[in-house]
Amino acid sequence: MGRLFAVEIIYRGIFQKTLAKNVSRGIVLAAHQSGKPGISFGRYSDSPERNGIPAKSFAIVGSDQETLEQGMAKYEPTEVDITISVDDTLCKGVESWAWYGLQPVNKLLKKDGTLIVTSKETPDALVSMAHRKDYPYQLSIVKGTPSFSGLWVYKDDHTDVRVLGTIARILPDLFTLDALKKVIFAEWHDSVKVASAERAYERFDSVTVRPNQGNPETPYKFDLPKWHEMGEGIAIPCIPTGKQIEEPGTHVMGGYRPDRNPTFKKFSTRTMRPVVNFDTCIKCTLCWLQCPDTCFDVTPDGLYDANMQACCGCGVCEAVCPVPNCVTMVNEAAFRDNSSQWEAWKKDKTGYNTWLQEKIASRPERSHGFRYRGQYKEQVPEMLEIAKQG
Amino acid sequence: MAQMVETLEQHRKTDETALITGSEAIAVACKLADVDVITAYPIRPYDTVMQYVSKLVSHGEMDCEYIVAEGEHSQFEIVKHASAVGARVFCGSSGVGWMYAMEALTVTPALRIPMVAMVGNRALDDPGAFGTEHNDALAVRDLGWMLTWVDNAQEALDTALIAYRVAEDRRIFLPCAISCDGAFLTHSQALVNIPSREKVNEFLPRYNRADLLLHPDNPITVAPQANEDWVMEIRRQNYAAMERTTAVIKEAYADFERIFGRSYGNPFFEEYMTEDADIVLMGMGTLSIPMKVAIREMRKAGKKVGFVRLRWFRPFPAEALAKSLSRFKAVGVVDRDYSFGSPYMSGVVTTEVRTAMYAAPGPKIPVLGFICGLGGREVTLPDITRMTDSVYAAAAGKTQPLTQWVGLRE
Repeated sequence: MGRLFAVEIIYRGIFQKTLAKNVSRGIVLAAHQSGKPGISFGRYSDSPERNGIPAKSFAIVGSDQETLEQGMAKYEPTEVDITISVDDTLCKGVESWAWYGLQPVNKLLKKDGTLIVTSKETPDALVSMAHRKDYPYQLSIVKGTPSFSGLWVYKDDHTDVRVLGTIARILPDLFTLDALKKVIFAEWHDSVKVASAERAYERFDSVTVRPNQGNPETPYKFDLPKWHEMGEGIAIPCIPTGKQIEEPGTHVMGGYRPDRNPTFKKFSTRTMRPVVNFDTCIKCTLCWLQCPDTCFDVTPDGLYDANMQACCGCGVCEAVCPVPNCVTMVNEAAFRDNSSQWEAWKKDKTGYNTWLQEKIASRPERSHGFRYRGQYKEQVPEMLEIAKQG
Repeated sequence: MAQMVETLEQHRKTDETALITGSEAIAVACKLADVDVITAYPIRPYDTVMQYVSKLVSHGEMDCEYIVAEGEHSQFEIVKHASAVGARVFCGSSGVGWMYAMEALTVTPALRIPMVAMVGNRALDDPGAFGTEHNDALAVRDLGWMLTWVDNAQEALDTALIAYRVAEDRRIFLPCAISCDGAFLTHSQALVNIPSREKVNEFLPRYNRADLLLHPDNPITVAPQANEDWVMEIRRQNYAAMERTTAVIKEAYADFERIFGRSYGNPFFEEYMTEDADIVLMGMGTLSIPMKVAIREMRKAGKKVGFVRLRWFRPFPAEALAKSLSRFKAVGVVDRDYSFGSPYMSGVVTTEVRTAMYAAPGPKIPVLGFICGLGGREVTLPDITRMTDSVYAAAAGKTQPLTQWVGLRE
């Protein structure tokens, strides 16, 4: 019985599609260089991809062809040696088209396996985002801003090879640094890229995450119905009409909260969320009107509360709000729950406003993909510097 | 049209290795075979082949007419006509896209057009599911298409070359559809040996439409109106051509082995651990992989099970298969397809295997049908264990249902 290796790359659809593919192909090619057969594939039902919706790629390698067959003709391996999250906000859990419910970022990770995350956050911050496991695992951070590209334009900031260099350090039985360097040069003919991989290999560091560490919540899931429990004719019932909201304190009912799909929530798609200054809001209704997903609940006092169970972080509300600094998109990594901002403001306005200003000041906005000419010229040098210096 | 770059590629004398999907492997085969006309229309999961072909064309690695049609009907009509005027052609589709082309698919074998097509097996709508099911390709099984199923990217590339060799043989002149399971083969990259141009040129002669070429120097007309005085004789000619395919396929595989150094053994079906088997399971496509894994496990537990993977569905190797299967106590056929209202409600492959066994020598053996893996659902070890146990029960004389759904939520 040989050894079967599995590595998964969890990424933001479209924005990190090429990055994920480069990593999974890099793994298979480096393993091949080290004499082992392998396959590389994306999780089939994640495609067609949509901006930001979590998706997965896999590299499966066997010590020999027969062992490799155990990992073939499958959509997802049953367990992995390494989980790579190329966007730190994915550590909160992912809900993708291929999955039902919220899948913890570390769900497939074996005991003592490693979660690699590209991030500028501290290990503690990332551990608090990820769901608890029954057994220990390792967390290794590849320092840097999560790398987002456009669909056709790849931002080559060396994230791919730095991740690969980290893998070579964790699992030399999968492929050696030497094999990796050969493959990187054969693919990209760029010795600086080879050097980045080597730096990452040398700079590797990890912490142990113990079983009592992490988000204690049970991620939501639901059972699939039996064939005779389903309605016939592939007909799907619609979402019912919504309900009023209760005002905290007075318990007055008013406003309107639309009912939403109970089995597909979308909030794990967001990499940033709007924070609202209710004191400056002029109730123009534009955020509520323009939100593509009807994420705003109308409150009993006529304000608009972005419902964090539903918001997928597109940023249209910030763009259309006419009042300066009333709606601000803030990096999702700054938050730990989906609680209502309006309720928090109603309960303690001063406290809320302090929290609001702190959130806006401390975190830069998350920008997706390719937005303007020259954007990568600005972003890539900073990342290459991190790749060089650490 | 892209400027044709005279690359080393055309005269490459050495083999290469690439990390590519089954679809991409077929695109590479088209490049090696110097296909002249390729039409395309996007539908998942076949579209991986059209995307790769378009890249090869735009990079100047391939010189062919690449036409994106406005629908699959036109897509298949265009290459049919191109083939009639002497072009080597390639086409492909999946699921309901393939069904949309049905009129073109019907007339293609009737006119003795040696088209090679890839079917990225996909469940038929409704619902709109991308996962693999075999009903799309099977829909043309009566019409004169050769049909083959492959289970890995290397086999996809090799079979595409063999398909051109067989289809374009003047004794045959019938189209061939190569089926690749959606997801597991179309979207999974594996390491593939890409043979040298030199080897391909030795194996594959140029397409010669000979007496059927539509050209002013060959004054013929094709596809006329006909009445009851003519149709039977025309059909009988296609019947004869299909009868001849078995021998030509054997020749092609023998030559392939000689030139490329890769042997597929019996071209028509692969036998895995059948030498001493009590019972066997049968199937087509990538379900062979979990099958082999399961059989190795079951063998450790002392069960003497084997697996037969059918490669060529048309021509169906009835005699050879019946002779082989008669060695076992019972057979379980796994259908990644359905045929509502068929005899005993069994799947297509089960029904064909039972028919093949009709004229088999010796006593009648149980042939059980299993419907599994529809819509791309994985065929798992527990599924295979359940099927094996049922076939063992049948072998022991216990009555088993003739059709069972396996892996269903019930």
